[in-house]
Amino acid sequence: MDYLRAFIVGGTICLIGQILMDKTSLTPARILVSFVTAGVILGALGIYDPIFEYGKAGASVPLPGFGYALAKGTIKEVQQNGLIGAFTGGIKATSAGIAAAIFFGYLMAIIFNPKAKS
Amino acid sequence: MVEKRLGEQTIAFKNPPSIISTAAIAGPKEGEGPLRDYYDIVLDDDLFGEETWEKAESKMQKEAVRLALEKLQIDEKDIDYIFAGDLLNQLMASSLAARDYRIPFFGLYGACSTLTESMSLGAMAVDGGFADYVIASTSSHFCSAERQFRFPLEHGNQRPPTSQWTVTGAGAAVISSKGKGPYITHVTTGRVVDFGIKDANNMGAAMAPAAADTILRHFKDTGRTNKDYDLIITGDLGKVGMELTLDIVKKQGFDMSANYSDCGVKVFDLTQQDVHAGGSGCGCSAIVFCGYLYKQLLEGNLNRILLISTGALLSPTSTMQGESIPGIAHAVAIERGV
Amino acid sequence: MKTLRMEGDCMEHTNEERLKKEFQDMVKRSAPSSNFLKDCLAAFVVGGLICVIGQFVMNFFINMGIPKEEVGYYVATIMVFLGAFLTGIGVYDNIGKFAGAGSIVPITGFSNSIVAPAMEFKREGFVFGVGAKMFVIAGPVLVYGISSSVIVGIIYYIMNLFK
Repeated sequence: MDYLRAFIVGGTICLIGQILMDKTSLTPARILVSFVTAGVILGALGIYDPIFEYGKAGASVPLPGFGYALAKGTIKEVQQNGLIGAFTGGIKATSAGIAAAIFFGYLMAIIFNPKAKS
Repeated sequence: MVEKRLGEQTIAFKNPPSIISTAAIAGPKEGEGPLRDYYDIVLDDDLFGEETWEKAESKMQKEAVRLALEKLQIDEKDIDYIFAGDLLNQLMASSLAARDYRIPFFGLYGACSTLTESMSLGAMAVDGGFADYVIASTSSHFCSAERQFRFPLEHGNQRPPTSQWTVTGAGAAVISSKGKGPYITHVTTGRVVDFGIKDANNMGAAMAPAAADTILRHFKDTGRTNKDYDLIITGDLGKVGMELTLDIVKKQGFDMSANYSDCGVKVFDLTQQDVHAGGSGCGCSAIVFCGYLYKQLLEGNLNRILLISTGALLSPTSTMQGESIPGIAHAVAIERGV
Repeated sequence: MKTLRMEGDCMEHTNEERLKKEFQDMVKRSAPSSNFLKDCLAAFVVGGLICVIGQFVMNFFINMGIPKEEVGYYVATIMVFLGAFLTGIGVYDNIGKFAGAGSIVPITGFSNSIVAPAMEFKREGFVFGVGAKMFVIAGPVLVYGISSSVIVGIIYYIMNLFK
């Protein structure tokens, strides 16, 4: 059941992205930026919580989930540590993803070379 | 004073220079295309034994020049000028290639229109009496163009159907006062035309007005029409730009549908190869002309053609600053006998 | 305004703006439509499947006894690794060609957008090539994501002051 929900929620978020890509002149980079920012806002307003509860990985793996984690982490840290939490909370909550992307990115760049497309 | 000009933008040569030799080198994907048998060399490796895409492109251009000279058995010291260009910043491919020849070098940037730009200037140098032998050469490489103008190769983006595929290839043509054709008889130099297209994924549309403008100007200046040519062929408009050009020219009273084509459509099999609207790049008209069209002229399958290489004069900076795409097109009339 | 000299007498005196407008309409009509339904289906299915893999990873670590608050770290790390690895071996760009947003929007796509330029610009060296170009696509995501979360934190703090 988890899997079906993750599939539907995750698939729907990607579907929205595809519609934006095909029907507007937004570039993929702009869509990613809007998705993350939308995740932050929806997270802050508490709208993303039920989506996450329902979709689990389907809501956390797409980029709005990244924004959601940023917002949740910030709010939690502000509750615990006051204003400085606004600066520490977001990155703390998403630290694993960011550090992994930098580290594996570097690693892959050492190991592999880009190939021509066919 | 001016005695070789026709109309506003056209030159008619007094002693039409000959194209005495050409060479074309194509990448692996182009080598699977319909014109595969006409290229001198088809690479089986996009890197051409080099370490970077840029150096691979440069080597293609150098080899094309070497091959074109080899066919003539003349030495590079007999060459008076080389007019060369490519798509890379500061003409990296041409400049790196040119440091290995001892030929006076003019580096040209006309985006994908550079082939006919270099042929025009080369023919003018020859008919003007400034040179006996000149080389026009251009190149482009899919991978070096992607990383400069678009995304890294391994990025998982989706190309829209109007996008075009940069041709990996290089062509060189030797133009001389001595020779028995095919002759460059006329040159119509295009103006920059911009109809406000901003979509860098639809360069065919951005260039179509420039192509149509140059074709119509050529007709007006020379008094010729499409019926005077066996083939009118644009450089890299692709399927979308080609249809737009046909449309614009038709509205002015010239129906070219019977003898009009585009190198970007010829170079790939659009139904079998995943290239969307067709080929593009300096290499596109270069390998189609230096490989295919030149041989058709030699064999007499074509007697008179109008070749119009088309360029989209955008840069990554101009795109990011929201500028529309200026287009350019230069026409060269080539015929078998004069 | 310069007059556009599109040749052929009937257009010679035409207003440039109208000509441009006409042409832009012509371009809109001429553009082949992307295969919208196929694109959407591919994005939905592939995006959904990537999330199913994410769910599998999540369940795996929950069953291992990882606390619920921390399991997100594990999912993110593994998914980022998968995206990076598939980019390295040259598979992710092919998935992207088929799936479009389906493989751009998940965190594996974020990873792809970091790894692809890192690999591409290796030839410009490890400092200004790999190091600097790594964030050429993903950088804005971090800039806007993190900045907006800081703003959220500040607003939240101020709101709590007045409670």
